[in-house]
Amino acid sequence: MKVLQIVETAYRATTEEQDDTVIWISHAMRGASAELGVLLTGNAVNYVAGEQDGSGLMLGAWRQTQPPAPAQDLAALMRKDVPVYCVREDLAERGLMECKLLEGIVLMSRNQLPRLFGEYDQVWRW
Amino acid sequence: MATKHTLTFVLMDAPFESARTTTAFRLLHAALDRGYDVNVFAYEGAVALSFAKQAQHPNAVHGRDVAQEDHPLSKNWIAALMAHARTRGADLKWVNCGLCVDERGVGEAIEGARRGSPADCWKMAQQSTATLVIPTK
Amino acid sequence: MRGYLLIESRDPFESTGAARTCELAIQLRAAGHDVALFLVQNGVLAVRSGARRTELDKVLGTKIEVLADDFSLRERGIAPASLSGGVKAAPIDSVVERMAAGWNAIWH
Repeated sequence: MKVLQIVETAYRATTEEQDDTVIWISHAMRGASAELGVLLTGNAVNYVAGEQDGSGLMLGAWRQTQPPAPAQDLAALMRKDVPVYCVREDLAERGLMECKLLEGIVLMSRNQLPRLFGEYDQVWRW
Repeated sequence: MATKHTLTFVLMDAPFESARTTTAFRLLHAALDRGYDVNVFAYEGAVALSFAKQAQHPNAVHGRDVAQEDHPLSKNWIAALMAHARTRGADLKWVNCGLCVDERGVGEAIEGARRGSPADCWKMAQQSTATLVIPTK
Repeated sequence: MRGYLLIESRDPFESTGAARTCELAIQLRAAGHDVALFLVQNGVLAVRSGARRTELDKVLGTKIEVLADDFSLRERGIAPASLSGGVKAAPIDSVVERMAAGWNAIWH
C-alpha cells in the first residue's frame, strides 16, 4: 500500500514538539517499511524555504537544545526514498519561487494533483 | 450476509478543543452500528481522549450540580462505544501513540485503550478497507 | 476508478481552504473519478440559501454529489427546506458507507 501524506499547516506546535509531527510520523512509518509520498500544500510549502531557523527560544532559565528543522527532516525523508512534492501555486502566492528552495522537491501544479493522487493507493490529509 | 469491513480513523485533537472530536465519535458510532470493526489511532492531543482521570464538574452558570450537568467525558464516550461494539458483534480497537502519551502525562488510560506507535497505525491501515485521518488545525 | 469523498469542515467565509477543496473536487471529477463533497461542522454555513456565492456553486454545476451533515445543519438552524439548490442533507453514515465501499475519504 502506498500512501500520499498531505501536510497543509506549517509550524503547528513545532517548537514544543521539536518536530513537525506529520513529517515525524512519516519518518516513523517509513521505518516500519511504509511506502509514502509527502505533498506540501498551503503554508506548509514554507518548509522548503532556505534559511529557516527556529532556534534560540529561552524561557527563564530554560533553553531549547533541539530546535525543529523541518527542511532537514524533509531532506532526510527524501534520502529514505520518500518523494516530497510541493504545490507550485502555493509557493508562488507566498513569494517563494524567487527563493532558494530545498533540493530534490518535485513541484506540482494544483491541476496535476488528481494524477498524483492516482499514483497512490490512499491519500491522507493531516 | 453483509460484508464485514474494518475502518481505521486517525484522530489528533485533544478533548474539549474542537467540533472535530464530536464528529469523529459520531463516525465511530456509525461504523460500529453497521457491525464494522473500527480501529482508532490517537495521535498528539487525541491521546488524552482516553485519559482515565477525566472528571465531571458542576455548572454554576446554569445552576446545575455535577449529576445534573452530566458533563460529557470522552473517556466515557470510548467506553460506551466499546460496549456498543460488543452488542453489534464488532470490535473497537483504541491505540494511543505512546510518545504522545508520555509528553502529555496521560499514561493512565481507560481499560481497553492501549499504548502503541506509528507502526501500529500503519498496520491498522493496511488491514482496513479505508482510513480517514481527521487532522487538527 | 477510485471514488473520492472530500469532507469539508471549514467555513468558506473564513479562509480559502474550502475553495481549494471545491477546486480539487472539480479536478478529480474531470479526471474521471466519482467524487462527493460532504460538508460538516462550519462547512455547512455555505449552503443556507441566500448565503453569498462561493466556489461551491461551481461544484453544484457538475455531477459531484454535495451532501450536508444533517446534525451540523440542525445545530446551526439551517432547515433542509432552506438549502441551496442541489445540496442534500445527509446522515454521517454517508461517510462510513463510502469508506466501506473503498472510497478515499479526505478531511479538510
